[in-house]
Amino acid sequence: MSEVLHVPTMAEMMAQGKQPEVLFWVGCAGSFDDRAKKITKAFVRILNRANVEFAVLGTEESCTGDPAKRAGNEFLFQMQAMMNIEVLNAYEAKKIVTACPHCFNTLKNEYPELGGTYEVVHHTEFLKSMLDAGRLTIEGGQFKGKRITFHDPCYLGRANNVYEAPRDLIQKLDAELVEMKRSRANGLCCGAGGAQMFKEPENGNKDINVERTEDALETQAHIIAAGCPFCNTMMTDGVKAKEREGDVKVMDVAELIANAQDL
Amino acid sequence: MMYIDNILFAILLTAGIGFFARNVKRLTRNIQLGHDVNRSDNPSARWKNMAMIALGQSKMVKRPVAGLLHIIVYAGFIIINLEVLEIIIDGLFGTHRIFSFLGGFYGFLIGSFEVLAVLVLVAVIIFWMRRNVIRLKRFANPDLTGAPKRDADTILYFEMVLMSLFLIMNATDLHFQMLNSGNVISQYLTPLFHNADIAMVEAIERTAWWLHIVGILIFLNYLYYSKHLHILLAFPNTYFADLNAKGKFDNLESVTKEVKLMMDPNADPFAAPPADAAPVKFGASDVQDLNWVQLLNAYTCTECGRCTSSCPANQTGKKLSPRKIMMDTRDRLEEVGRNIDANKGVFVPDNKSLLNDYITPEELWACTSCNACVEECPVNISPLSIIMDMRRYLVMEQSAAPQSLNAMMTNIENNGAPWQYNQQDRLNWKNE
Repeated sequence: MSEVLHVPTMAEMMAQGKQPEVLFWVGCAGSFDDRAKKITKAFVRILNRANVEFAVLGTEESCTGDPAKRAGNEFLFQMQAMMNIEVLNAYEAKKIVTACPHCFNTLKNEYPELGGTYEVVHHTEFLKSMLDAGRLTIEGGQFKGKRITFHDPCYLGRANNVYEAPRDLIQKLDAELVEMKRSRANGLCCGAGGAQMFKEPENGNKDINVERTEDALETQAHIIAAGCPFCNTMMTDGVKAKEREGDVKVMDVAELIANAQDL
Repeated sequence: MMYIDNILFAILLTAGIGFFARNVKRLTRNIQLGHDVNRSDNPSARWKNMAMIALGQSKMVKRPVAGLLHIIVYAGFIIINLEVLEIIIDGLFGTHRIFSFLGGFYGFLIGSFEVLAVLVLVAVIIFWMRRNVIRLKRFANPDLTGAPKRDADTILYFEMVLMSLFLIMNATDLHFQMLNSGNVISQYLTPLFHNADIAMVEAIERTAWWLHIVGILIFLNYLYYSKHLHILLAFPNTYFADLNAKGKFDNLESVTKEVKLMMDPNADPFAAPPADAAPVKFGASDVQDLNWVQLLNAYTCTECGRCTSSCPANQTGKKLSPRKIMMDTRDRLEEVGRNIDANKGVFVPDNKSLLNDYITPEELWACTSCNACVEECPVNISPLSIIMDMRRYLVMEQSAAPQSLNAMMTNIENNGAPWQYNQQDRLNWKNE
């Protein structure tokens, strides 16, 4: 592709003696997963458009340790955490934004006790604040009048009580935001959390992502909006399992906004 | 012989309360088997939680039908028990309705108790039907087969009997009926006794009065053997519950020490630990490895099953049931407590543990850590924290993670991502 994304690294910034406004923590999924990379790029396009001075760690970033911790491997988690904290503190990072609720939760809640205290925001919160500050305008564009339902990621919603920012953004698209029967604090998990993403589910009679996708399809939504790369994968698989990939799309909130602006 | 009633009453009351005190002592001893965790921070937020969630029942009404019925029974339970004070004074000093000198106010009080008693009776009958006739899914769940089911029904029968005795006691109390103040419900029951002679009616009144207070004392002592302990423990449980964001899991301090040592270039790699240092066990395989708040959680659980009904794993047919995690923890803790009692205050290893004998790894590995169970619990119990501590034991002490998770962790160790990608390729997306 010929598009040019402006993605400075913290190292480059430091070489120029600059401190970015915010550090974008890309996360493992956002760096390596083909589907999640599209979300990363969509978010970067918005940042570029809004002239946000941000930087990534690039090759100096490493897993936050979240999946290790949820799997029970506290050793590995703390090793990862301490290495990352050393890097972040060396760059004197103050504010971090991430599009992954798992990274978000870990950086925000579990790093401070280990010596890493930062202001950590989820990308939907960041975009909402940009909107409120007038640095970003959102128009409906192609989503005007579309039915969109938002799936609450557990680590954003119940875990950290962020429910409104993603919804406020979707409503700015002039779309019809429809709620699933289980939403916000009652939202059903997509099935990926607690390191389930990296293992086969235990024996049961149904897959959790299919159960959740049924909730979403019940709303007759055209688009299932997600705010987490893992939920995105699970819901996409769920839509395929229900053979609805022809008429229902799963998109991250950042992608909705970028697409609406034709970015 | 005129004081025989009073003496008998005093003996009963002392025995009832004494036995209860013994149970409370055993309960606190068992809870203290857990290791320490500091929950003394932010008392104002803690008091507020207790006031809103335990006293104010704010999380109960998230399910409105059960919530409303529960508030009726709860209010009835607390308010009607004011009457117990009068019963105790009457019983000890041979008086009869000592507070009736309050006149109209007394009538108002007893009148409200009578109305509440009927409401409680109706609510409890509906509760019984939800369990036994409608058979709601969370009550028909296999977790409750056997003793837990009998326990739940016993409690409901107890409440039905106590409320009926209270109304009968009032209806057959000629003195009280003559006051004709406060007998708002019981006056309609008096025709039942019109054919009996006065001595008979008095005998029924005395019998109902005695059974009522004896019933209350028995119920008080049944608590410890029952899920009904929640009426007391909901208060400390909501007070001591975790105040952090639900997504924040504790960082094991023992691990932090080890990791810091590993990363410290000046540390002596061959240094022997101090001779008196107890070996550290990571995670939990038995109740003594949990903290006291987790054990308090287990005693507080009233097995309502809201956690299990909202659990994504349970809904999709997996073995995990957060309610069962709490019930198993309590059952094992009771077993350990009995072991200690039988062995003069020392726990003698019994070749059993919470892990495997009660909770299987399959249950633990089904959890998505989504916090739905924690969110749902009307008294802020966290089954998730126990699940996580047991996973920690499986992984850090036994290296018993599922193979695919071991692969994921190896990847994180080797290349800083849960998949096999090179860390040097982390920014490649920029140019793709």
